[in-house]
Parts: sequence; structure tokens; C-alpha cells
Amino acid sequence: MPGTDQSPLAAYQAHLDNGELAYQWSPKAGRAVFYPRIVCPYSGSTELEWRIASGLGTVYATTVTYPFQGPGHNIVLVDCDEGFRMMSRVEEIDPLAVKIGMRVKFRIHPAEGEQPAYPVFVPVEPER
Amino acid sequence: MSGLVRGGAAIVGAAESDIGQVGPGFNVIDLMAQGITRALDDCGLGLNDVDGLVCASTQSRTSPLNLAEYLGISPSFIDGTIIGGSSFMFHVQHAMAALQLGLCNVAVIAYGSTQRSIGRQNASVREINPYETPYRPFLPSSAYALAASRHMHEFGTTREQMAEVAVAARQWALMNPTAWEKKPLTVDEVLTARMVSYPFTVRDICLVTDGGGAIVLVSPERAKSLKKKPVYVLGQGQHITHANISSMPDLTITGALESGRQAYAMAGLTAKDIDVVELYDAFTINTILFLEDLGFCKKGEGGGFVTGGRTAPGGALPVNTNGGGLSYCHPGMYGLFLLIEAVRQLRGECGERQVAGAEIAIAHGNGGVLSSQSTAILGSAATV
Repeated sequence: MPGTDQSPLAAYQAHLDNGELAYQWSPKAGRAVFYPRIVCPYSGSTELEWRIASGLGTVYATTVTYPFQGPGHNIVLVDCDEGFRMMSRVEEIDPLAVKIGMRVKFRIHPAEGEQPAYPVFVPVEPER
Repeated sequence: MSGLVRGGAAIVGAAESDIGQVGPGFNVIDLMAQGITRALDDCGLGLNDVDGLVCASTQSRTSPLNLAEYLGISPSFIDGTIIGGSSFMFHVQHAMAALQLGLCNVAVIAYGSTQRSIGRQNASVREINPYETPYRPFLPSSAYALAASRHMHEFGTTREQMAEVAVAARQWALMNPTAWEKKPLTVDEVLTARMVSYPFTVRDICLVTDGGGAIVLVSPERAKSLKKKPVYVLGQGQHITHANISSMPDLTITGALESGRQAYAMAGLTAKDIDVVELYDAFTINTILFLEDLGFCKKGEGGGFVTGGRTAPGGALPVNTNGGGLSYCHPGMYGLFLLIEAVRQLRGECGERQVAGAEIAIAHGNGGVLSSQSTAILGSAATV
């Protein structure tokens, strides 16, 4: 488990490397905090607990960004069931078929070169 | 609450530097200096009068130092706040406070960018955010596209309605000799242009140009003896809500709601009193969001509001009369140009695009990814 001298990002990444989507919980504010940090932005408390998310969420906003070369890729904001929002990507369906309100589930996008493992999402009910 | 006095400062000089594509070798300090000398000429003051220096550029980390050295001045008041394209409306607050407190007597606010000449990537250092960068957002476009997706979802706003914003901006630009774009634009051309980040095509997105400029602020007493009709700062407000789009509380409600509330309260005015509207249109959705948040229509009704040319020349509400960031110029942090155009409209200097009888203008700046919002309400002598 993360030690106290670990940066918020290092602790988050360690969970991802372990296949888990982690977030912080602020007991004082009574709500989730994301992205990870050393102080709760809702209460000012430095007491923040790490929790493991269920990985379930709902698409809050979506776009498809097109590079000058190559196909477009999806970018979403996901409202996770535990009450935090994060940027991500919905995979396994046409990027334009990703819709606001769609239920999605977390999975790990494995590390590639310099890029460590990071969280992506897939539809809960697989689309055609 | 703010402590600033309604009409407590006047904008007496305003000018662009060269804009569009500047000559080879020009740097951002050259453009700031060019803007400042032109703005000082505009009001009849000289460099030796300047004792307040306020500026921002993504291409000069310590731009007030570089600019002061270049101009050979040692100002008593210096500010280099840089929080995106709205920085210059924040600067108005700072300059106004400095004038009111006697920290300086003549404040200039300057900007410069050569992003077209040197390339956007070189003009603004890309910042890595481990919680966003892996998804390869093309910023800022992808972030504003996310906001547009939410507006479309909640309120039924359409791509056609957003395209109307670009078409109206183009119609205004065609009446502005200094505007970058020179050809008419149709809704269909917006919709069928190259897709950048759905729902935005390249025509929903601001230009990438060079440019700079400056404005000069003094006390209302000093303003009376200068060359041109003073334009008074009647109200100012500001609000920040986030830095990264993934931390924006509600993608359909911007900080303009609060910055506008503050500015209207200070000015003792409402949206109904505004004659000419200058909104930071980095993307077509911006105009819709700010029309809503600044009270020109209800939340969710912005798409319908802009249809039928209501904000275009000849429409009921003149919006972005210089052609906006969409069609006039957009050097990266566009806010200063909104103030320059508002000043010119209130002076009656705008020729073919002049809004008849304009006495009160609103200039609303946006920065980051809908992150920093600042509103200035300006008025002619008759409004003070």
C-alpha cells in the first residue's frame, strides 16, 4: 500500500499498476476527491483516504478529436458512481457512438513506452 | 464589496499593433511596444507619462520586465497576471485599483503574440497533465467540444445554431478592414468544413493569427483633458471555476454568471442596458454560453437566440462587432481586442460597422478552457 511519503500521483499510479481505479475520500467533506491531491478542496482537510472505485460510471460529456492524420479518437468526461468525475476514453465502439448518459465500466489501458498504465472505459452493455 | 468605484477609471487610448501575420523577426515585445506607442498617440500622452505597466504574453515569461527595459521606463506599478485570454479584463481591475490608490497615474495594458509566425506549439508550451494527457485532447478545442456536447444534450442546441455564430461573426468582419477573413461564410460551409473535435469544424474555432495591442487608463479627472472622448469603466467582475476541463463543475454554466453579476452590480445596470456586446468567441459555443450567463437570454436558450441573424449586422443585438476571434483576429489571448473594440464603438469610430448611438458596452473575457472569466462594462461620458 502507498506510504505517506508517496506523491498523490505515485499512489494513484501504484493502484492502476495493480489493476485498480483509486480515488480519495475526504471524511471531513463527506465526498470523493479527484484528481488525487494533498488537501481536500471542499474542506481544506489534509486527511484524505484512498478508496478503490467500483469502476462503474456514466458518460457526462463526449467528443471525438481528429488529428491531421489518422482516425478520430474519443474523449469523455465520466461521472464515476462514487461521485467523482474524470477524463477518459470509451473504447470498443465507434467513437461517435459514445453518448452522454451511457453506462461504462473501467478497464486498464496497459503501459506503453513512456506512458504508464491509465484508465479507460468500455460500455457496460456491449454495443453492436 | 469590490471597493472599485463606478467610473473610477477611464480608457483614453486604444490601439492594435500590426495584426494577422506580422513581418519576419517581429517579437512579442516589439508588438506590445507598437501597441503602446499607437495607444499613447491615440490619447496624446507619451512614454514618459507611463508609470503603470501591465502586460501578458505566453511567449515571454517575465514580459513586464522585458517590456519596461525595451521602453526604457521604470514604472511604479507593475502587473503581469496571466490566466488565459481573459487576463486583460483582470488587468483592468488591477489598473483601476492602482489608479484609485495612487500607485500610478497612467497605466498601460499591453499584449503581443506571434503564434501564427512561429507556430502555435512554439508560442505556448504544452503542459502535461497525467490525468488528461493520456487521452490526447487537442487543447483547447477538445475541452470546448466537451462543453458543447453537454449543451447540445441538455438543451437541444444544434450544430446549425452554433454555425450561425460563426456566420454572424463573419458578417461583422466583412465590415472591418483590419479583419483577417475577407470572404462571406455560410452555415453549410461551417458544417462541412474539416472536423476538428466533434461538434466543431475548423470554422467553429477561432483563428490563429499574430497580433497585439494596448489600452491606456487614467483617472476620470485626467481623462477630460486628453485627445479623445474618454470611455469609463462602469463595472468589472471576475470569477474562476477551474483550470482543467475535467474539473469544471458544470459544463453548461460558466464563471461569466458570477463575473457578470459583479460587473452589473457595480455598474448598476442589467443586460437590457447594453448597446453593444463583445464576447470572447474562441469557439462558437462560447458566444451562446456567455449570452446566457450574462443575462441576454435564459440558460439553454442561447442556441435559439443566435438564430435568424439576431447577433449579426442589422440584428437586434450587435455581438462581436469587429468580427470576433472567429473572423477578425485571434493571437491566442484575445481579451484585449474586445476592450479595444468596445472603446471604439463607444467613441463612434467604427465606420461601416458602427452601432448607432452606442453608449454602453460589455466586454467579456474568457481564459483557459472556460476557466477564468472577467467582465468589463464600459460607458460613454453620458453614462457616468
